Amino acid sequence: MLQEPKPSEMRVAYYQGCSLEQMASEFDISTRMVCEALDIELVEIPDWSCCGSTPAHSHDPLLSAALAGRNLAIAAQQGCEVVMTPCPGCLKALKGALKVYKDPQKRAAFLEILQMPFDGNIKAISNLQLFFENVGMDAVRRRVTKPLTHLSVVPYYGCLLSRPAEFMQFDDPENPVSMDRILEAIGASVPDFPYKTECCGATYGVTRNEIVGRLTGRILDMAQRVGAQAIAVSCPLCQQNLDLRQAQVSRHCHREFHIPVLYISQFMGLAFGLDPRALGINKLFVEADSLLDFLTSESEAAAATDGKIA
Amino acid sequence: MRIGVFVCQCGTNIAGTVDTEAVARKALEYADVVYATSYVYTCSEPGQQEIQRRIKEMDLQGVVVAACSPRMHEPTFRRAVERAGLNRYMFEMANIREHVSWISTDKEANTRKAMELVHMAVAKLRFNQPLFSSKVPINKRVLIIGAGVAGIQAALDCSDGGLDVVLVEKNPSIGGKMAQLDKTFPTIDCSSCILGPKMVDTAQKENITLYACSEVESVAGYVGNFKVQIRKKATYVDWNACTGCGECVQKCPSRKAPDTFNENLSNARAINIPFPQAIPKKATINRDYCLHFTRGKCGVCKKICPVRAIDYDMQDEIVTEEVGAIIVATGYDLFDHSVYGEYGGGRYPDVISGLQYERILSASGPFGGHIKRPSDGSEPKDIVFIACVGSRDASVGRPYCSGICCMYIAKQAILTKDHLPDSNCYVFYMDIRSPGKNYDEFVRRAQEEYGVQYIRGRVGKVYPRGDRLVVQGADTLLGIQVEVEADLVVLATGVEASSGAAELAEKLRISYDQYGFYMESHPKLRPVETNTAGVYLAGACQGPKDIPASVAQGSAAAAKIQALFARDVIETDPQVALVNERTCVGCLKCIMVCPFGAIQSKTLRDGSIKAEVLASVCQGCGLCNATCPPKAIQLQHATDNQILAELNTLCA
Amino acid sequence: MVQSVPSPAPQTSIRIIGFLCNWCSYGGADTAGVCRFKQPTDLRVVRIPCTGRVDPLFVAKPLIYGVDGVLVSGCHPKDCHYAVGNLYARRRLEVLKNFLSFMGIDKRRFDYAWVSASEGQRWQQVVSDFSERIHQLGPNPLAGKGIPQPVQGPLTRAT
Repeated sequence: MLQEPKPSEMRVAYYQGCSLEQMASEFDISTRMVCEALDIELVEIPDWSCCGSTPAHSHDPLLSAALAGRNLAIAAQQGCEVVMTPCPGCLKALKGALKVYKDPQKRAAFLEILQMPFDGNIKAISNLQLFFENVGMDAVRRRVTKPLTHLSVVPYYGCLLSRPAEFMQFDDPENPVSMDRILEAIGASVPDFPYKTECCGATYGVTRNEIVGRLTGRILDMAQRVGAQAIAVSCPLCQQNLDLRQAQVSRHCHREFHIPVLYISQFMGLAFGLDPRALGINKLFVEADSLLDFLTSESEAAAATDGKIA
Repeated sequence: MRIGVFVCQCGTNIAGTVDTEAVARKALEYADVVYATSYVYTCSEPGQQEIQRRIKEMDLQGVVVAACSPRMHEPTFRRAVERAGLNRYMFEMANIREHVSWISTDKEANTRKAMELVHMAVAKLRFNQPLFSSKVPINKRVLIIGAGVAGIQAALDCSDGGLDVVLVEKNPSIGGKMAQLDKTFPTIDCSSCILGPKMVDTAQKENITLYACSEVESVAGYVGNFKVQIRKKATYVDWNACTGCGECVQKCPSRKAPDTFNENLSNARAINIPFPQAIPKKATINRDYCLHFTRGKCGVCKKICPVRAIDYDMQDEIVTEEVGAIIVATGYDLFDHSVYGEYGGGRYPDVISGLQYERILSASGPFGGHIKRPSDGSEPKDIVFIACVGSRDASVGRPYCSGICCMYIAKQAILTKDHLPDSNCYVFYMDIRSPGKNYDEFVRRAQEEYGVQYIRGRVGKVYPRGDRLVVQGADTLLGIQVEVEADLVVLATGVEASSGAAELAEKLRISYDQYGFYMESHPKLRPVETNTAGVYLAGACQGPKDIPASVAQGSAAAAKIQALFARDVIETDPQVALVNERTCVGCLKCIMVCPFGAIQSKTLRDGSIKAEVLASVCQGCGLCNATCPPKAIQLQHATDNQILAELNTLCA
Repeated sequence: MVQSVPSPAPQTSIRIIGFLCNWCSYGGADTAGVCRFKQPTDLRVVRIPCTGRVDPLFVAKPLIYGVDGVLVSGCHPKDCHYAVGNLYARRRLEVLKNFLSFMGIDKRRFDYAWVSASEGQRWQQVVSDFSERIHQLGPNPLAGKGIPQPVQGPLTRAT
């Protein structure tokens, strides 16, 4: 225990991004709560601005880099060496800015647009990477008060979290395991999930939702086949396609799905004994109350026997 | 000195981008040059005769040829000038092809560069001295490292030629990968039936000394006289006593040791004989699993051994062998297919490597030759083969073709259909590469006669559905996504350089490419030689190869050694260091830096100390020359004066 | 990838000497040639058995006498044909590099690299990069500056 850095010393800049303000506010709240529980100090980037998202980088890579780079520069001014963002889209933009900075041929143009002092001495990571690599599984395990015993959860990673491999530099691009390990650490049973990186249809949800119906249907079907009671995700868009569109998907596939889709941070919060309502469980479209009933009774019974409730 | 310069046009290879006539004309301006010409193919027979004629006619004392790389034709031209009566070291080459004409199309710059290179060669030649080889006896014994089929073939050929052979194998038995195979393509010959007799022969030949369970520790010396240290790893069984009866294996209580011969499809005992036909057929204790070593108690094998061969106190032993030449035949390893997370190799027991399937097919394998799934022992009905797993894929660092997988898949599919006529075999492939005698016909038989279904496309994912596996991939000919449900998935795992190849290369002072395969001396014309004299290559250590090619190379390496040993002495290279005793101050720094121990000190009658080079040991690196403070030690044919003369021409 | 170097200055003015060990880098340069990898034409190659043969004098003298750049290239460390020759070379050349300034020589005019016989493409890169650097530095200012040009043998030594 002594050789690990004291968690309270962990100070991380936090880039929330637009999805987490509205649509995925429960991802934001649960991430903040879990970080607090793990003694991680989140420094919100003052006056943070849009990362540029898809429109910026499809229009001009330099524009995208400058938009995201502004947030990095402010984070660095706050004395942070790491900036964490839960949204994979934001993460891609932040990492893209760092890549442009490190390219000697583009650096000058980038700094010219940025008009801020920036030395590139900052690292962008996801909340998943923060929990998996910086915090570590032992620290997560120690914080658990209500292990998700007997709950079968499959992790769904989607496309962006570990890919492209040389760009994201995190986990295995074809068979990522970081969420599997976290779920195991908080006591859930995690069946092997073959579709953990299969496409969910992404933004086709808006324009061609029959595509999302077909692709997401396959993922939900596979989750059911491997006996999962719930799915863990770490991306607002994945969550939207799997949860918000589950009713549409059921229509497309001519069968009823009822699988709660929670953010990994929500699962961690539950296992840490945090208040389910505060974690935003009630914000889900596919309601997870049945899951909670089951969860509470099971874990309390288990906890009572080990005397884990302090 | 009277110097002649011959500028080669090499057809248009040089003349296309270098004005060779102008280079020859310019050469006449250089000091001591009395003759210069440009010739179309200087290396051709008339070209060489022209040089010889001019040497005699013009009374030349030195020759410069400006042509291709000296690594290509220096020996050719040295022989040519020698035939005309010059010393072979009164010759210099300027490389105006690889270093000039082929790397730039700017004819003016190329011509100027060629002129300067010729000038450098002429300037150096003016300081050249005739050098003479000395002769040293050859130790006519051969060391062969690796006893797979290439090494065995080389050993038998050398042995048949009457040479003493030292054969070193790191595993407990010889036979290599071929011993693990069930059948061979394209004849469906039984692998162990054709290899077995060769293995037995190897063991019975009196002039072959076999060190199994041994590795090369260090190599010293040079062609004709190598001194090799071999580490005999402790087997904890006295092999002189062990009869291979197998009593100990039967009674050993530790049953969970990995069975590497069966590619870990089954377990072995902690004391084990790898397979029934093993040569030598001797038991070996796996220390990591033996209860005597792990728990400090047991000793069953020691009690039961009828010849008292068990020796728990055995230590590694170093033996020294002296040989005149070395054949490296260390073979290959299989690509680790668990790198492909999407195929689930290592996670799903029914996703196996090509060599594991080979063991399943083999009658001496874990299932007695019945095709069964490793997970539940049931008979598979649908079997999918995935080609190019660890071949032709830059994303896993293996951009090369392994060359054997297309053929072994076809063979395994045919054997599957033979064993289980009702089964369905599918092959996902990128291209079919079958360029050998009767190879393509064999693949066609698999498709047409045996009805193996070939699907052109890559597999994206393999995942379990119930107790079966779903193989999800593309059919690029139909342009659709396909899913095949399978009971067993066989990955055609590719070939990679054997682990430890780089370390051995460093001991032997031979080079290897970025993938760890050893470099031959010339890719076309010297395929079994290395750049280190006296060290030869055979088999897949040089690059992926099938059995016939490995055997052919084994024989070729043996033939090279027979040729080398046909003489009783070899001429040493006279390009060695030489001490000028008048200027040597006896500081002996040269002794400290010499990597080969080729320099010693001697005391003259007046009591002064001088360095002395052992010409037969010196390898000619010139490290001492650069180190020597008064420059008393000079590397012949690359002396300070010669190199500075070259530099002088550029300083003007 | 850097291909050949566009140079406004007349090419004649730049001259680079390359010391290439026979076993690795000379072979690598040959490989580059056989593969027709285009390279700048400024380099004049001196073939030596090993980079360990390189006397600091071979580097310093040409630079003093006006040659524009010197490049030494050999086998990768640990892959030396003579086991350790390039390790001695590495130490010697690194020290030399830091001494060049004391001799009034711009140390950027000298460099060393490791290129194996199979690395034709890497050789092209090394030559192109070094040539570009020397072109940017321009001709050696020491050329013809008061140092007497060698006539017959000031550079050479009596044995």
